Amino acid sequence: MSPLQLIFILVSAITLGAALMVVTTRNMVRAALWLVLTLFGVAILFVLLEAGFFAVAQVIIYIGAIAILMIFAIMLTRRIAHDPGPQINTTWPIAAVIALVVFGLIVFFVQGWEKTVSQPAPFPPGFDPLRELGVALVSANQYLIPFEIASILLLAALIGAIVIAWDKK
Amino acid sequence: MADPVTFIGQWLESIFAGWGLSSAWISVIMAALGVLVLSGSVLLVDILLVWVERKVVARFQDRLGPNRLGPFGLFQPIADVIKLLLKEDITPQGADKFVYNLAPILALATVIILWAVIPISVTVVGSTINVGALYIVAVGAIGTLAIIMAGWASNNKYALLGAFRMVAQMISYEVPMVIAILIPVILAKSMSLADIVASQSVWYIVLAPIAAVVFLIGAQAELGRAPFDLSEAESEIVAGFHIEYTGMKFGLFYAGELLHALTFGGLFATFFLGGWRGWGAETYPILGIGYFFIKAMFMYWVIMWIKYSFPRVRIDQMLNFCWKFLTPLILTVLSITAILDKLMSGVPYWIYVLVMLFSNLVILYFVYQAVGRYARKERQKVADPEKVQVNFRVRSSTPSQAS
Amino acid sequence: MIPLSWYLIFAAALFCIGLFGVLSRKNAVAILMGVELMLNAVNVNLLAFWRYLTFENMAGQVFAVIVFAVAASEVAVGLALVISVYRRRQSIVADDINLLKY
Repeated sequence: MSPLQLIFILVSAITLGAALMVVTTRNMVRAALWLVLTLFGVAILFVLLEAGFFAVAQVIIYIGAIAILMIFAIMLTRRIAHDPGPQINTTWPIAAVIALVVFGLIVFFVQGWEKTVSQPAPFPPGFDPLRELGVALVSANQYLIPFEIASILLLAALIGAIVIAWDKK
Repeated sequence: MADPVTFIGQWLESIFAGWGLSSAWISVIMAALGVLVLSGSVLLVDILLVWVERKVVARFQDRLGPNRLGPFGLFQPIADVIKLLLKEDITPQGADKFVYNLAPILALATVIILWAVIPISVTVVGSTINVGALYIVAVGAIGTLAIIMAGWASNNKYALLGAFRMVAQMISYEVPMVIAILIPVILAKSMSLADIVASQSVWYIVLAPIAAVVFLIGAQAELGRAPFDLSEAESEIVAGFHIEYTGMKFGLFYAGELLHALTFGGLFATFFLGGWRGWGAETYPILGIGYFFIKAMFMYWVIMWIKYSFPRVRIDQMLNFCWKFLTPLILTVLSITAILDKLMSGVPYWIYVLVMLFSNLVILYFVYQAVGRYARKERQKVADPEKVQVNFRVRSSTPSQAS
Repeated sequence: MIPLSWYLIFAAALFCIGLFGVLSRKNAVAILMGVELMLNAVNVNLLAFWRYLTFENMAGQVFAVIVFAVAASEVAVGLALVISVYRRRQSIVADDINLLKY
C-alpha cells in the first residue's frame, strides 16, 4: 500500500470518527471542537486532491470564521444553571435508518459505475490550477457572473446578519 | 561548505537509497526529518528570544536586565525554564481537562508551523506550496481558536472575557493585515513566498511603504502586544485568557508569544525587506540564512520598540481605528496598486518602482490631510467653551423698596 | 494511487452523518453543524470529480468556491437568527420554536 493510500485511510477514518462525535455528543462546545477536527480532516483531503488553494481556504473560512462563529453562538445562547436534557430527538432511530439507507444506495451506485478511475491523470506541464481558477473567475466568457453574484450574496448576508442580530433597545 | 543544509540532505538521501527504500518512502522520511529539524531549531531560537526580550526591555527602561547568570545573563532563560518546570501544576475545578491541556499546545504549534513556508535561503525552505501567503492567514485563524479554547476551558469568567476581547481584536485586525499581504502578492505575481522573495530585486518596502506600515500595525495587534494588549492588561483584567495557567503551560503561552513576534518579524522581512536577499546570497546560501536572521531580528526589535513605547488603547478606539481607518486605507492602496500594475505592464522596472512609490506618497498626503481635518474637528469639540445658561429674572420693582 | 470511488464513498459517509445530525438533534446550532458537514461532503465530491475526470474544465473548482461562499453566508444568517430567537424565547431547542405550528 503506498504512503498516499495509507494517509488517505488514516485521515478519512479520523474525519468520520470526529463527524460522528459531532452529531452524538451532548456538550455543545465539545461538538464545536470535534467539528473543527472534522473540517481540518477535510482540508487535508483537499491537499491529497491537489487542490491546495481549497485546503487553505477551508481552514480560513470554515475553521477560522464559521467554527469560531459557532463557538461564540453556543457560548452566547447557553443557560448556565440549566439542565441540558436529552440532546437527541426521540425519533432518532428513524433518522439513523434513513441515513444508512441513503449511504447504502450511494455506495451501491458508485460501485456499479464504470467510470471510477483508479488513478488521476497527471497535470500537463505548465498547467497551474490556481492560475486557471483565477482566470476562470474573472473571464467574461467563463464564470465572472457567478463570482459577482456570490459577492452580492455575501454582502446581503453581511447586512442581513447585522440587521437580524441588532439589539433594539 | 557554501550550502550545508542541502549537502546534509543529499548525503542522507543517498544513505536511505543505499538501504533499498523506495523513493516514495524516502521522501516521507526526509519530510519527517525536515519537520523535526525545523521545529527543533525554531524552538532553540525561542529560548534565546527570552534573553533578548528581557535585555531589550531593560535597556528601554534604562536599567540593566539579567546580568547574573552567565556572561551578560545568557543563561537566564535556562533558569526560567527550570523554574517553570518545577512549579505546581494546578487545574482549576470544573475546567474541561482535555481542552484545558490542548490549548497551550495548539497555541505554540500554530506558531511553529508558520515556519514551514518561510524561505530562509535560496535552497532552504520547508515547503514550496504555491499558496504560501494564504497559508499564513489560515494558521493565524487556528491561533484564534486556541485562544478561545484557553479562555473557555479555564472555567473563569475573566478568562472568557479576555479571550473574547482578544479574539475580537485578532479577527478584526486580520482583515487589513491580509489585504496588506495581498499587495506584495500583486507585485510579485505569485502567492508563493519563495517567489515573492525571488522577485524582490528592489525591496518591496520601497514599492509599497503604506502596505508595510499597515502590515506592521496588523502584526502588532495579532500578537496582542502594546498598544493593543488589552487582553493582558494587568490593571483591568488580570492576565486575560491565561489567568488559570501555571508552570510550563504558561511557559508554552509565553514562549509562543515571543516566537510569534519573531515569526512576524521574519514575515515582514520576507514580504517587504527582501527575505534572504543580500550581497552574495545566491551563490553562498549560508549567507542568505545570515541575512534573513539579521532582518528578522531587526524587525523583532522594532516590534519590541513599539511595544515598550506606547500606552494602551481602549477596545472601542482600537476597533474604530481598524474598521474606520485601516481597512478603507488599505483597500484604496490595493485598488490603486492593482490598477497601476496593470497599466504599467510593459514599462522598464525603475519607472515602475518610482511610480509605485509616488502613488503611495500621494495617498499618504491625502490621508494626512483627512486625518488632520478629523483631528481638528475633534479638538474643536473639546476646546469650545461651553455656553452657560443664564436666566435673567426681570424684577418689576427695585430691591430696596423699604428705604 | 487512490481510486475515485474511495473519495466518493467517504463523501457519502460524511453526508449521511450530517443528515443524521440534522434529523436527530434538538439544539438549533447542532442542526447547523449537521448542515455544515453535508456542505463539506459536497465540496469533497465536487473536487474529487474535478481532479479525476475533467481537470481542464474549471467548472468543478468554481462550483466549490461558490459553495464555500454560500455556506459562509448561510451560517452567518442562521446564527444571527438563532441569537435573535434566543433573545426572545430564551431557548434554542428546536421543539420549543413552534408558534407557527397548526
